[in-house]
Amino acid sequence: MSKMQFMLLFSRQGKLRLQKWYVPLSDKERKKISRDLVQTILARKPKMCSFLEWRDLKIVYKRYASLYFCCAVEDQDNELITLEIIHRYVELLDKYFGSVCELDIIFNFEKAYFILDEFLLGGEAQETSKKNVLKAIEQADLLQEEAEAPRSVLEEIGLT
Amino acid sequence: MSDVVEKTLTALPSLLSLDSQPGSAKLSSTSKLGNLIRGITELTSKHEEEKLIQHELSSIKEQVSSPNTTMRQMRELMVRAVYCEMLGYEASFSYIHAIKLAQQGNVLEKRVGYLAVSLFLNESHELLLLLVNTVLKDLQSTNLIEVCMALTVVCQIFPKDMIPAILPIVEEKLNHPKEIIRRKAVLALHKFYLIAPNQVQHIHNKFRKALCDKDPGVMTASLHIYLQLIQENAEAYKDLTASFVTILKQVVGGKLPMDFNYHSVPAPWLQIQLLRILSLLGKNDQRTSEVMYEVLDESLRRAEMNHNITYAILYECVKCVYTIYPKSDLLEKAATCIGNFVLSPKINLKYLGLKALTYVVQQDPKLALQHQMTIIECLDHSDVIIKREVMELLFRITNAQNVTVIVEKMLDFLRLSKDDHTTVDLAGKVAELAEKYAPDNEWFIQTMNAVFSLGGDMMQPEIPNGFLKLLSEGFDSEEEDRKLRLFAVNSYISLLQGDPSKLPQRFLQVICWVLGEYSYLKDDLEPAVVLRLLTNLLDMKSSSSDTRSWVLVAMTKLCWSEAAVSVAQQVAETYSSSFDTTLRQRAQELQHLSRDSHLYSRVLPPGGSLEPVEVDSSLSFLDGFVSEALSAGAAPYKPLHQRQEELSRSKALSLEPYGLSLPISTSSCSITDRQSPTLLSTSSGLSGDSTDFSHRGSSTTLKLDGVKRIWGREGYLAQKEPVEEVAQVEIPSPLRPPGQQGDADSCHSKTPTPTANPEGDREKQLLASSLFGGLSSQSSMCLMEKSEPDIQRFGRKAKGQRTSSTPNEQRSNPSVSSTSAVDNLLCNNLPETNPEPIDSSTKQTFQHPESLPVANGACDAEAIVSDDDRKGRNRPVSPEERVEADESCENLSLTSHLPAELSGFSHSEIIPLYSNQSLALSACHVQTDNTVVLVVFITNSSEDANLQMQVLSEELEACCVCESPVGEVRGHSVSVRQYSLTVKRPVVHFELVGRLSYSLPAGMLQSMQFSYKLPLTSFIRPLTVSTEEYGSMWLAFSHDTKQNLTLIEEEREPLTATLNALRKKLSLHIVEIIGVEGLVACSLLKDQPCLMHCRVHAGRLAVWLRSPVADLPDCLLYHCQRALQEH
Repeated sequence: MSKMQFMLLFSRQGKLRLQKWYVPLSDKERKKISRDLVQTILARKPKMCSFLEWRDLKIVYKRYASLYFCCAVEDQDNELITLEIIHRYVELLDKYFGSVCELDIIFNFEKAYFILDEFLLGGEAQETSKKNVLKAIEQADLLQEEAEAPRSVLEEIGLT
Repeated sequence: MSDVVEKTLTALPSLLSLDSQPGSAKLSSTSKLGNLIRGITELTSKHEEEKLIQHELSSIKEQVSSPNTTMRQMRELMVRAVYCEMLGYEASFSYIHAIKLAQQGNVLEKRVGYLAVSLFLNESHELLLLLVNTVLKDLQSTNLIEVCMALTVVCQIFPKDMIPAILPIVEEKLNHPKEIIRRKAVLALHKFYLIAPNQVQHIHNKFRKALCDKDPGVMTASLHIYLQLIQENAEAYKDLTASFVTILKQVVGGKLPMDFNYHSVPAPWLQIQLLRILSLLGKNDQRTSEVMYEVLDESLRRAEMNHNITYAILYECVKCVYTIYPKSDLLEKAATCIGNFVLSPKINLKYLGLKALTYVVQQDPKLALQHQMTIIECLDHSDVIIKREVMELLFRITNAQNVTVIVEKMLDFLRLSKDDHTTVDLAGKVAELAEKYAPDNEWFIQTMNAVFSLGGDMMQPEIPNGFLKLLSEGFDSEEEDRKLRLFAVNSYISLLQGDPSKLPQRFLQVICWVLGEYSYLKDDLEPAVVLRLLTNLLDMKSSSSDTRSWVLVAMTKLCWSEAAVSVAQQVAETYSSSFDTTLRQRAQELQHLSRDSHLYSRVLPPGGSLEPVEVDSSLSFLDGFVSEALSAGAAPYKPLHQRQEELSRSKALSLEPYGLSLPISTSSCSITDRQSPTLLSTSSGLSGDSTDFSHRGSSTTLKLDGVKRIWGREGYLAQKEPVEEVAQVEIPSPLRPPGQQGDADSCHSKTPTPTANPEGDREKQLLASSLFGGLSSQSSMCLMEKSEPDIQRFGRKAKGQRTSSTPNEQRSNPSVSSTSAVDNLLCNNLPETNPEPIDSSTKQTFQHPESLPVANGACDAEAIVSDDDRKGRNRPVSPEERVEADESCENLSLTSHLPAELSGFSHSEIIPLYSNQSLALSACHVQTDNTVVLVVFITNSSEDANLQMQVLSEELEACCVCESPVGEVRGHSVSVRQYSLTVKRPVVHFELVGRLSYSLPAGMLQSMQFSYKLPLTSFIRPLTVSTEEYGSMWLAFSHDTKQNLTLIEEEREPLTATLNALRKKLSLHIVEIIGVEGLVACSLLKDQPCLMHCRVHAGRLAVWLRSPVADLPDCLLYHCQRALQEH
């Protein structure tokens, strides 16, 4: 009912930065959808409505600096809360990266995915407490560093 | 907030240089990715990018397949592969390595592996199976992070058939001490419920536990499941209403930890989820609604802060208030809210306000009136989406008075619309309005012309089809019909004289058809003129070959004058050698018919008004042929899609879980299986509706159940007769108290006169009064008109429905039992005087063999027992008392001769087989628990006679039960012969042939033949087995058949409804229904089982029958098909 269908992040130049599909679609469809939407949204003026009708879906988008965040929900869904989902995600990214910018997302896009997965799972809001989401991510990151430390030394000596 | 991400690409060079510096941990770990990204940004053309990425991909490919690559390097490679895929380049070679990474890596590599898997693969990908073991292992890991990762991936993609493998462990996690694990486990179960509801049926109790979890996050997660469950069946969860209300109260009251606040609003997502649940629970239920009034009131009151998130909650609240059983003060507050939205200067809120207005306008048209000026301003809004929503709103307030203005506005919008989806949708809506409310012929034709021109060739085919149907079927007045058709002809002639090359093909086809049929109505029009105009269409390059066929057909209809014939022949000559076979065919037809005037007048009689040909679309006239072929061993017909499905299934891997012997379908890995069909479907047309008000373009049948105002401010509105309503247009509705009515009126008189009056405003006011005309005067009732066919101008005559309803007529005749209908169709050799319809109650017993009473020892002659009669069994009942209106006395008296030992069982109607002056023969069959007995009644109306009888059948064994077949029949009495029947070989219908020879003392030996038919279903008995037994039997049986059958259309549980219908008609036993699958068992008499596996698939019932007996599945399938057709 309130399930999100997909989320796309793209730049002002129309480059895709992140894509998360919560409904199964073929590769071809995905490409077509993102191409269509990127074009349509980039053509819209800044003061226009943040919502769009597209086929039988409702598109909710918002621009943050050079990045567009765009979500698709079903027509009868609440567009405003979707807008706030986007905003909460941006807040999470901001908190994690510390004043996030497009480059953080480009170069660490896998982290951006981890955060998204911790926030939205299967298209539903999983955890809306900012603190809890970040705690989960940081715990995993911490483990990552512990695991990484001895290895990178070894690797530097032996291989690279 | 837009300043949060302030650094932009302009900062790129300086940031990129950071990469090589020490301490920039952010970027260094992915330096190869960094190089790639940098490389791409330096490029200028798409072509260069492609080259670079292809190069990158081949290097990745090489490295991943090298045995020396470490997991750590693999992780880095995966990230790059994901990046390449995001840019739109395929990296499918890496999928298997992503799975390997998740399998073999350490925690951090695993994390990337899982991420890559979830991004690369979709639910139906076969490689996913390889992930199952990894997930299983990680779920059991002692490392919480690994458990989390496994649960996360399960929530995103998991093969449906493998759910049983991990389900117990996931269930266990519901009791985990860590809330994050519990939360993810709940979400995983939600996912399972979505893709395989039957798998988690047994853990509904645990959902309740999750709802009561002390952690708000886990509780919130459980609401996803409850929303889904309640959506499917609200009744079952009414008892939880109070709990949901309590939770919402606590949330609204700020009782949750501060962590869950969002911009100082407590847990908005949770609030919205609860509001959605409450509106589902309170819909059409006063008692449940009353429980929530207080908390809704508080929600509306609390949400005052000026932030988007409070508006989001308010919007949901308003929707809830308008969905549940109405309460006037809440409705008023909600209306104020909508007003604030609509009037807001913020465009997003305005949009939502319009959307809310569209949602509630059916209940509260006054509200639209209040905001008419705003709505009109929005008509000229610069943002097309706002205009689009206004169109939707206008569509819903259309009535006979404002239709012209509204349709004009909609057509204006259509002219500017560039979006195909919108165009198709709106064109359909305009066509619908035009058909419903057209004030006159001229307007109607012109509007439809506009629809056809603007809708173009993407338009749903129902619109032109419906339009042509309407023209051809006409209305109640011949004169009106003539005028409308003539007007259409005139209008099309002038269109063709203009520039027809601009018109869409569909429109041209409509024009062709109308001119072909009706141009004779125009007296001064010589057919040759029309033909020449049509010839132009043939010469146009843009005409499709489809359109050309339409043109040729139209020409064929028109060549009844000499001048026309010569034009036609010329055309026919040109096209009779066309490469397009259809076109050539049409041209040949034209040629032959134009040459032979005698033939022409026979094929196309003058006057043009042919009675519609009744088409038996079910091809039931072939039933005999089909059943013969089936009984001769032919395989049943399978529709194309089924054949393809089977073909693809046989090719696909078997994905059935090990050890499960049930015929669970393997196609679960096909994309079509469990995904919401509404998603992204390009085909669906008019789906812009945000409520259940979804009319399809031109299908008149749907209109009847359109908007009805059931709930009013004061509660339930009694349904009124449509006629009354139309008459009461000007009269205050009696259902509203005088005070309220006054309100509505004063509001009406107030609204068109706002204070300031510059020129522009006056225009808008004029527009307002025309747009909202009829809304106020009719008060709330005007909207109901939409659903009333009475006021439709173009109400179709019954003729249109006749064709479709003919097959039903017989069915609806209560005196004809369905079984006998089946019989009649095939028993051509039965005497004409055949079946006096049996009494309906008897029929009932006959159709419910499972409710057969245990044979009681009663030895009275009270043989026929219907359910009703049986109740009075203890009372001595004389047969006469049970005379039913439509049961012939003769049959009744015969029933009293039924042998006592058969009295407890149901019997078929008694069919007369033969009669002459002295002797009459009738028969019926009785279904006992393990046999079928044929009972032949011999009524001797003359003196004693000697008689010999033989009954034979190829497929049945008939043993005479009673005395020897030779015997004396006493005069003026009825004697009875019984034959116990057993099946030698199953066929769809059994035929018994009997020979009777008798001699009266005075006369000579006479002999006669008779035949008796009975369906296979008489031999079918329910077979009670457990699911396990079913499973093992299934595997053992060798004969099978598959078919897709129609599903009974029922909203909630079509499968259950269908199976119940089958059970009733064919006396099958339903073993179990598991989600979309059903197991059914029966046997042919005692010892020949047949199993049926049913699965709902794409709106059809896919059945698969298996039996150890050859032909039994096929024959039974035939009866299932019949049973569902008759339903």
